[in-house]
This record gives sequence, structure tokens and C-alpha cells, in this order.
Amino acid sequence: MKEKKTVYPYIPNSAPVAKEEMLKEANAANIDEFYADIPENLRLNRPLSLPKPLLSESELVRHVDGLLEKNTSTREYLSFLGAGCWQHHVPSVCDEINSRGEFLTAYAGEPYEDHGRFQALFEYESMMGELLNMEVVNVPNYDGFQAAATALRMAARITGRSRVLIAASVSADKLSMIRNYLMPDMHVELVPYEPTTGLMDLAALKTRLSGQDAAVLFENPSYLGLIETQADQIAAAAHTHGALCVVSVDPISLGVINPPVEYGGDIACGDIQPLGIHMLYGGGHGGFIGTIDEERLVMEYPSRLFGVAPTIVDGEFGFGDVAYERTSFALREMGKEWVGTAAALWGITAGVYLALMGPQGMTEIGEGIMQRARYAMKKIARIPGITIPFESTPHFKEFVVNFDRTGKTVSAVNRALLNQGIFGGKDLSGEFPKLGQSGLFSVTEVHTQHDIDRLVTTLEEVVR
Amino acid sequence: MSKPIQQKPALRRFHQASWDEPIIFELSQPGQRGILLPEVEEEIINEVGDVTASLPDPIRRKTPPRLPEMSQIHVLRHYARLSQENLGVDLNIDVGQGTCTMKYSPKVNDQLARSPKMTELHPLQDQSTVQGILEIMYRLEQMLKEISGMDRFSLQPGAGSAAIYANVAIVRAYHASRGESNQRDEVITTIFSHPSNAACARTAGYKVITLYPDEDGYPDLGALKAAISERTAALMITNPEDTGIFNPRIEEFVRIVHEAGGLCSYDQANANGILGITRAREAGFDLCHFNLHKTFSTPHGCGGPAAGACGVTSDLAPFLPKPTVEFDGQKYFLDYDRPQSIGKIRPFYGVAQNLLKAYAWIMSLGAEGLREVAEVAVLNNNYLMKKVLEIRGASAPYAKGKRRIEQVRYSWEQLSEDTGVHSEEIGYRAADFGTHYWTSHHPFIVPEPMTLEPTESYSKADLDEYVAILQKIAEEAYSDPDIVQTAPHNSTVHHIEQEPFDNPLEWAVTWRAYKRKARKE
Repeated sequence: MKEKKTVYPYIPNSAPVAKEEMLKEANAANIDEFYADIPENLRLNRPLSLPKPLLSESELVRHVDGLLEKNTSTREYLSFLGAGCWQHHVPSVCDEINSRGEFLTAYAGEPYEDHGRFQALFEYESMMGELLNMEVVNVPNYDGFQAAATALRMAARITGRSRVLIAASVSADKLSMIRNYLMPDMHVELVPYEPTTGLMDLAALKTRLSGQDAAVLFENPSYLGLIETQADQIAAAAHTHGALCVVSVDPISLGVINPPVEYGGDIACGDIQPLGIHMLYGGGHGGFIGTIDEERLVMEYPSRLFGVAPTIVDGEFGFGDVAYERTSFALREMGKEWVGTAAALWGITAGVYLALMGPQGMTEIGEGIMQRARYAMKKIARIPGITIPFESTPHFKEFVVNFDRTGKTVSAVNRALLNQGIFGGKDLSGEFPKLGQSGLFSVTEVHTQHDIDRLVTTLEEVVR
Repeated sequence: MSKPIQQKPALRRFHQASWDEPIIFELSQPGQRGILLPEVEEEIINEVGDVTASLPDPIRRKTPPRLPEMSQIHVLRHYARLSQENLGVDLNIDVGQGTCTMKYSPKVNDQLARSPKMTELHPLQDQSTVQGILEIMYRLEQMLKEISGMDRFSLQPGAGSAAIYANVAIVRAYHASRGESNQRDEVITTIFSHPSNAACARTAGYKVITLYPDEDGYPDLGALKAAISERTAALMITNPEDTGIFNPRIEEFVRIVHEAGGLCSYDQANANGILGITRAREAGFDLCHFNLHKTFSTPHGCGGPAAGACGVTSDLAPFLPKPTVEFDGQKYFLDYDRPQSIGKIRPFYGVAQNLLKAYAWIMSLGAEGLREVAEVAVLNNNYLMKKVLEIRGASAPYAKGKRRIEQVRYSWEQLSEDTGVHSEEIGYRAADFGTHYWTSHHPFIVPEPMTLEPTESYSKADLDEYVAILQKIAEEAYSDPDIVQTAPHNSTVHHIEQEPFDNPLEWAVTWRAYKRKARKE
């Protein structure tokens, strides 16, 4: 029996008739002619050894659904995980817009045939600019880690210096990425946090700061959920030594917390995942960098910056790349760092989110998160044996819970919570050994009082 | 009786949507809301009081951000209109964005990735609750290993450039582990490899040496020999290059670099035409990377989220980003215990939903299907080349009379000399017919360049239509250049003033900057 040749629905010219016709028109006897430049010894000359394909859509759906079925999502279990990726409500309109094929399947067209992409990203930059009170915000780069690392490299180029000071409460992963990204010409020194407040040790900062520092970087709120109440003093200290103040912020906090520029921050950066983007097992990140509109700052961005300009028709908005001749697209290795495909669709999505939320929504969500997190802290702190380090410091969204006096490890507590359908906080014992057996818990607007009370009751049982 | 409807004209009478949509801030209506939030329960408020009062004055925001105030349908409508003013693969014959591999992204894969069992997964969940996605990542790695011949992959990079950066960081860590990081301070690349190969190497601290093509358009072997030394850390190279020309001496390139103690990193952005034909392993590469949003079909998302994958030989596997995904025969798990790892290059583990889509795409094709992808992409490209070269004023520099792999960098030099019309202007005119068009990365080595990559997703009729558009524009350039040079005419907007983008006094990256600078508000 002759083997049946598959015609693939994704490959129009896999139909034999079309293929024959094309070959003929291209003056080729067979496909192999096109590969004449590939030497024989580099040819694979055997079929790839891959799993048997699932040619029909129905088989494919069944197979992939079967794999996904092995996951248990945060819709099914109650989750208090954060630590750089947060469970916020994603408005339906965000998904509706980012699922539209016109956006989803577009790429890198010009401002004429892709006007919509340029305008949507310009508006994203503009709404982020309102959140940050800054006039320059980039088209998203990959994620908050890269945004912080690039902000530091920008600071180094602007100041001509090579050392950066970073608050030691930063996550191990973020620090790893930053260290790797700043190698080999820059180096990082950590500034310890004050053990009772968890905030930056100002005295230690002042001792360390010198004329060789390009920047001081801190997070606000910090990885541990603490609001850096000394932000203005840190910025002032940095400026005294001619260093820039770089602040990594959670954009969803900016309805209630002042943006960095208001307390002396020179470069703001962070991750837009909280703004209408699903967690996606870590696939929902996008980075932002913001500054005031000064040429010496703008010219140090590696990212694309979409700007607005007139067209030849009155009342028409046109868009394009601002100062393109600083990018690696224009200048290869002579450009600023490098730029490529990153997270544009998440920028459009975050823009939709900010437009839906408006000023009132952003204020309410910030307040609500602070209230819920504080409520959770207060209730958890009353559980015998459990303490909340840094309890007196203002928090946003996340807080540390310590189990040392319960005699239980975080991982044991989390296993017990898991048995009750709850994802407990991230285990910090490896990352912050000084904090003992501690977990980092996250509470957002998706958590009801009932959810928090359920966590508290379950914790009580678990540590009893 | 009305006349019968006539046959369509040869060329589409396209006009792009032009909603004349204001900037979103101008749509603001005081007091309107796009979405409501759950109310904070009274008991919580009673328990905690006014939490924002705990914030010291400099830290507390006093005036709400001046975001637009809009009802839900107005937000939706605004963005729906903007989306109509954009051309995705779903809408156009997207062969004009060469090097980008604009292929069909199957809808079923998008649908699968929208499952809450994908979207609502937190990356730090207990690993027993994410066995499905870990298994997908593990299986995808096994498939990429076979497709490239490499021994291990990291799926962590967010896209191609991040993968290039990860690879150069691995190169650096490898030489450091041998105590050679001071000595090896040069990276060699070619001008027809993506700019990120040069730019990432430079960011990572390397001096960059760029090889130019020889007369036939192949990377210059003599230039490589002149550049190579004990200072060479790596060769970072694309093959086929952005010209669509496969370097037949690639094995020799790799051997020369290896003999000097350097590593060879293969940018496989242009892998679409060689799937199942030739692999990184056989050519001797130490590292490679794939763009899963190009070759493996995940949607390009207006420029990300995408996904990159770094492949290495077993010698370099210890340096891969961490964690890796492992399988112990019973369960899948994340391995952080990798002391020589370059560490993190992004939060968590990669763009998981796109890894799922790439996995599903490979599973829907299998080995035979992947080869069919490559062969049809190459057939489409050579068919298109034949047709384009019949157009007056067009040429394909280098390797005269030879075939190309999956794309071609053409030149309109002749047309431009004859008519004064530049390649960019042809692109603006192409927009009038509902298509994309791309020149080339900078610098323009090929004069008046145009780069077309037809992939496997287009039919003969699609390609004929694209050629007819180019043919029409070329004819216009010779007969009525003004119509080309004042294009676009049928697009969303008209000719955009370029000066403001490079003038610090005028450029405006946000609406607030525009209002201050242009409207003096």
C-alpha cells in the first residue's frame, strides 16, 4: 500500500498539485536543488526522532488538555504567593484586546500600516507617565529585573561611574540577574537593611556612598513588602555624592504611594505584570523605565521610545521612534546595550488596564490592598508562635511571616496548607537565612475577608 | 436589471481602517469608571483604620494619577479601533517582514494557552501542582535537542536577543572557569547576523569584530583568519544569513575558531528553512538559540511576549541559566543546584504560555511536518525570488544564479538610480495595498534593500499577489514616481513629519510631554 502523503492545514503549498506547479515555475526539478549550498556531510539525512504527531486538531486538544489537567491553578486553590509575580484581577477587556489577531499576530511594521500598535504603545507610555509623573517611559523591555539592570547601566553611562549600591532586601533572583547583566565593567555592593524595620540602614548607606557610585537602587515597596519610608533621605544621600537614585516600584501601588520623582528618584523602573496581565507561570512580565525628559537621560535608553508627531494632514497624530540613533538596531555594538523583541503586547494590555481603572480605580486598589494586607498581618500576628517581623513598618501587598517559635519549618507549614487547598507564602529560608523560618505572603484585591480568615484559621490549626 | 458583478481587479482596492481616533486622554469624561473593584469589608476597615495615614508625607500620593476616566465600552471601542489600524499575520500576506518569520500562529494553540490551568498558575506553586506545565517544558526541551542536536536547553530567555545575551554570558562564564577571561576579550560576528549578536557581546564586555561578506556574499573566510587569535572568545553567527545565503564553509569557520580556543554560537533566527535538513550539532557549534516566536510559530504580539531557547553541548550545560527542568522518572522538578550557572536572566522560568504554544505546534506537525515546513518555506522563497527578479529595477546581490534558503535580501539600486525612488518609499506605498515591507537592518550593506521571507504559510496566489504589488509600485516608480514618494495614500495616516523625533525640544514620548512642548500647556 502506498503511504498517504499528509497535506498540512498550516502549510497551503503542502498540497502536491501546488508544489509541482511552484517547482516548475521556479525552474527546479526538486526541492533539494534549493539546498545546494549545504554540504553533504552537514545534512541530517534521516528523519528527526520526534513523537508521533497529532495531526488532527481534536487529538492535539485532547493531548495538551490532558497535560494541563495535571496542573492545579490559583482558581482552584487559595493562593498567597507573590514574590515578584502577583495574583490580581485581570479585567475581561484586557484579554479581549490582547487576543485580537490584529495585535496578537503583528510584529514590527511601520507607523503607517501599524499605526494602531504605535498609538496604543504611545498611550501606554503616556499613562505610565501619569502614574510615574514622568515624561519619558519606554516601550516595555523584558521584565522588571531587566528594567532595573538597564536603569543601573544607564546611571553608569550618565555619571561615568561603575559601582552601584543596592538595598540588600532585594530578591536573590533579581540580584543574580543584575549582577550578571552588569558584568564585567560594573560592580554591585549591597547596603544592609535595618533588622527591626527592614528598611535600608541609612547610616550604612552613608558610610558606603562615595564619589565612585553611579547609583543607589532600592525597591519601593521592597521585595519583602515594606514601604521605604526613608526614600527621600536615600535619594538625598545619593545626590550628595553625585550618584543617581534608581527606584524599582510596583506600579499598582502608585495610586497611594508617591512615584519616585516626587521624593528624588531619578530613574523609576519595575514590572507591569500587576497591570492586567495573568501570572502565566511567570510568562506575564514586562519591564518599564521612566525618567524626566532630559536629553542626557533619554539618549541612554536602550529601548524603543515611541513618540508623537504631526502628519501632513491637520489633526492627525503620527507616531515614530524617538532618537532611534541610540539603539543597537541603528548602531549595532555602538548602540546603548541591546534591544529586541520583548513585551510590547503586555504594554498595550497594561495601557488598557490603566484606562479601565482610571484615577479612582488606582487609588482604591492601592488602599484596598494595603488594608487587606494589614488586616492579614494583624490577624496572623495573633496566632501563638507566629510573628510578623517588621510589623510596625508600613507594608504594601506583601509581608513576612515567621514560624521560628512554632518549631515548624516554612516548608512543613506550606505542605500542611497545601493539604487544605492553600498555597502559602514563598519560603524565604534559603534566600534570607537571617529571617529564620519565614515565608513571604501576598494579599491583593482578589482576597476577601473570608479568604484571609480561612488562611488564619488554617494556620492556627497547622502550627498548633 | 442590474449589471452582473464584474471580476475583481488584479490588485486589491485596499483602504486601511482610519478611525481618526483621538489620544485616549481626550476621551476622558469626568467621573466615569471602566471597572469596579471589590469593596473592602467593613470588618477589615474597622480593624486596620486609615492605613495610608501611616505613610510619611513625602511617600504618600496626594493627587491621583491623571489617567483617563472612561466607561468600559469606551475603553474597549478605542482599543478595538486601534487594533483595526494594525496589520497582523491574520490579516495580511506577511512576507514583507524578512528575518521575522511571519508565519501562521495556529488559533488552537492560543486557545489552549488561555486555559486557567495555564494563565492562573503562580510560578512558585508547589511543584506537585504544576506537573503539567513542567512536563510540557521538559518535552519541548527534548524536541529542541533533537531538532538542533544540542545536549541541553534553557527555555528561560524572553526572546531571541535575550537568548543571544544568555549565550554570550555562558561564553564568558566558560572562559572564566578556565581562567581565560582576561585573555579572551573579542567576539567575532558577521554584518548579516542580527545586530544583537554584536550589541549583546559588547554589553557583556567584549570587543566586537564584524566580518563583511566576500564577493559572493559568503562570510569572508580570509577576514575570519585575520581576525582570529588567542583573544577570540567566540564566533556568533547566523546561517543562513539575513541574505538567505547559507555559508557552505561553516564547518571550516567553526574549526578555525575551535583551534584558537574560542566557542561558536549559532543564532538560529533563520532556522525555518533548515528544520530537519541540517543542525547546529553537525556543524560543530557549542551553543545555539531558537526564536520560538519565529520558527516555532508562537505569535509575535506586536513585539513580544515571545520566547527564546538556548541550546548547548554537554560541556557548557553547567553554565545554563537556572533552574533547569528535570525528570526523575516519576516527577518533573526544577533544579536550582547548579553552582556554575550564569544565574537568572529573567524572573522565573521563561514565557511559559509560549513554550506551551511551541510545544503544541511541533506536536501538530511531527518530524515529517517540520521538514515539510522547511521545504515549503524554501520553495516559496525561491519561487518568490524568481518572480521578484523579473521586476524592472530589482536584483538580488551576491551569489548570482544561486538559490537561497528561506529569505532574500533584494536591492532596488537600479530602480533607485533610474527613478530617484528609495526602498523606504516603496515600503510606504506597499502599505497602500495592505502589506508590510521591510528594508534591512542597519547599516544598509545592500543598497536600497528589501528583505522578504515568505515562510510556509503562504500560497502561490498569496505570493503572486505580493509580487503584483511590487510590480505595480515599480511601474509607478518609473512612470509616476510622485505617487510612490508621497505614499501612503490609503493608510490610516499620511506622511509623518520626522524631524520632531530627533529634536530634544520637540520629541514627545508621552502625552504630558507633548502637551507641554507642543501645546504649551
